[in-house]
Amino acid sequence: MAKQELTNEGVLEQLKAQFGEAIVDASTPYDLLTVEVSTDKMHEVILWVKESASLKIDFLTNLGGVHYPDDKGREFAVVYHLHSLVNNFRLRLKAFLPLENLEINSIVDIYVGANWMERETYDFFGIIFKNHPNLRRILNEDSMDYFPMRKEYHLEDATREDKDDRYFGR
Amino acid sequence: MSTFKAESIHKQANTLSKETIDGEIATLNLGPTHPATHGIFQNVLQVDGEKILSSEQTVGYIHRAFEKLAERRPYNQIAPITDRLNYCSSPINNIGWHMTVEKLIGAEIPKRVQYMRVIIMELARIADHLVCNSVIGVDTGALTGFTYLFQEREKIYELFEEVCGARLTTNIGRIGGFERDFSPAFHAKLDSFLKTFPKILKEFDDLLTRNRIFIDRTRGAGPISAQRALDYSFVGPNLRAAGVDYDVRVMNPYSSYEDFDFIIPIGTNGDTYDRFTVRQEEIRQSLNIIHQAVNNLPEGNCYHADIPNFYLPRKEEVYNDMEQLIYHFKIVMGEMPLPKGEVYFSVEGGNGELGYYLISDGGRTPYRLQFRRPCFIYYQAYPEMITGQPISDAVLTLSSLNVIAGELDA
Amino acid sequence: MGKIEMNEKVEIVNGVEVINGEGFQLSSLDKVIASARANSVWPLPFATSCCGIEYMATMASNYDLARFGMERMSFSPRQADLLIVAGTISKKLGPILKQVYEQMAEPRWVLSVGACANTGGIFDTYSVLQGIDRIIPVDVYVPGCPPRPEQIIDGVMNIHKLVNHESLRRRNSPEYKELMKSYNIEVNG
Repeated sequence: MAKQELTNEGVLEQLKAQFGEAIVDASTPYDLLTVEVSTDKMHEVILWVKESASLKIDFLTNLGGVHYPDDKGREFAVVYHLHSLVNNFRLRLKAFLPLENLEINSIVDIYVGANWMERETYDFFGIIFKNHPNLRRILNEDSMDYFPMRKEYHLEDATREDKDDRYFGR
Repeated sequence: MSTFKAESIHKQANTLSKETIDGEIATLNLGPTHPATHGIFQNVLQVDGEKILSSEQTVGYIHRAFEKLAERRPYNQIAPITDRLNYCSSPINNIGWHMTVEKLIGAEIPKRVQYMRVIIMELARIADHLVCNSVIGVDTGALTGFTYLFQEREKIYELFEEVCGARLTTNIGRIGGFERDFSPAFHAKLDSFLKTFPKILKEFDDLLTRNRIFIDRTRGAGPISAQRALDYSFVGPNLRAAGVDYDVRVMNPYSSYEDFDFIIPIGTNGDTYDRFTVRQEEIRQSLNIIHQAVNNLPEGNCYHADIPNFYLPRKEEVYNDMEQLIYHFKIVMGEMPLPKGEVYFSVEGGNGELGYYLISDGGRTPYRLQFRRPCFIYYQAYPEMITGQPISDAVLTLSSLNVIAGELDA
Repeated sequence: MGKIEMNEKVEIVNGVEVINGEGFQLSSLDKVIASARANSVWPLPFATSCCGIEYMATMASNYDLARFGMERMSFSPRQADLLIVAGTISKKLGPILKQVYEQMAEPRWVLSVGACANTGGIFDTYSVLQGIDRIIPVDVYVPGCPPRPEQIIDGVMNIHKLVNHESLRRRNSPEYKELMKSYNIEVNG
């Protein structure tokens, strides 16, 4: 496979040409092309960039969630970092989800490695990945009834009785 | 009676099979506390005699909530948390975090500091691979190598102590460089280490690498193909043992790695023997890089970048100089002029691409900091790697993957 | 064959107090058993995280813990004397630690190594148990993050001191039973 020179603008044009309306927004913070994709098309976009012969972005680097409690209607973001090992090009894709409808298609059928990353995002934020084979908590106990990384929850356990908050600067 | 095919179990997404044939299948619990699993993770295995048919994993036994903790702490105080990710090679984690913040603020680091960072990171990489390889030896019954190599790790610990004062969880360096220059004692110890370590490494090599028993034991244990490894987002020595030469130091060079001349070793089968020999060769390449860095270390005594708004000044200056006192106060109270933005930066850690995804809102603490931890991602492949293998090979595969519990659970 | 001279001036400082004579030694059973127990402690390393690596360095050749009698590490709780908890214990792991402790046979001691096992350390979070003494009784605490091998050896020396001075009846005493009851640990006999 010959290495192709991909540029941020070139890749963005190809994405816009293929998906048009689904590409909501794009920017390049610190030289990394960041594209916001509409939530229902994210699975297609990731599959297309993996299989496209001109892009070959076929390595999933990272998958994570972010909580923006102040952005009504766009409270949660799922961020995918992808990498083309052949062409040495990195891409970041984002999808925003409203609090009322925290569902997005899972990409386990494209990248097997996304399995645990999606479970971790579910564990921390409560984002549901449709068609995930085994969506349950991974790092926290199964009996935990809240999603700890959301901004409204404290770092410390709310039920602890051994430390007096007055002395710990909380 | 249903016919039972091992392949059908293999394709299920890591769940235990519910079929039994005349009660020949036994369920075995490997962990969470088990002498052979170096770390706390649980694997429930279904075995037919000695052969593993399927397995299910439970992780999260040392979940310490690093990502939530990072949202509470100012940028300087996050370095001790990053220490405890892959604690066998903590300087790499620290320096990776400092470079992430430097990328966020757009700081330029002098060449000499970059070379110093390379020396420290390669020493940490050697330390990490020494643990992994000696533990592979221990799991095959060869305890001698462990005692030899841990002695060498003590020498590396002394080198870290010269720079930052701590052995294992180093919290080395600052945003912008180091807290002090390398002392003459450090250079003397480094020279003696570089002279004596290759001999000890050769002794360890002679014990195991061409040992017939070791080769028979490890060849074919826990193989994974290159394509499957890429699907699972493997990185680091495990991916290189499968045959893919992806190394962040070469693909996205940072801290002047492009100035150094080194080889990336790759394997063929992705089994335990390949992982062992890839790590052995990487230790030698790291020694090579340290030699080049020491020989070409730029002149002078600068050990940090000129970014007074972010770099914590030395205590002597803080107590004697008004300006430095003000800077110290501002940095500690969290008035660093951090820009808003999001940055992703990755370094080649002991286990592969360790990434930091940082979203800053200009405030005192990060808005969101996510660690891309290689162990967490490639440990998913473990059930696939051990299906069809005997239990003892499963134990060996686990130690050859170098799964560090701190990085797994964060 | 010459006469064998006894050097009267030799004083054995760290041994068991005995009264010597021709062919007999007089001591108390407590002291002899305590000395035998102290110098042959079989540890169970419950090493979870970074302190585990420092523990491995303590067992290795430079700081050799084997010279204090701890050569054989037992991974089965039934055969272990000393439970060394090194590393962070999360709430998910708590019940398992308690189960391991309950499976140990009397007499048993617990050494808590590192800040995380002592009090939760720097991880004051929702998922970390703030000290193992919330679920099992601890005998010696070794502070540090991670403690140097010398500190771990000091902790082991303190355990030896405790073992040397422990009465044979301690495990049946009412105070001990109270202690176990306060942790909800069943004691047989």
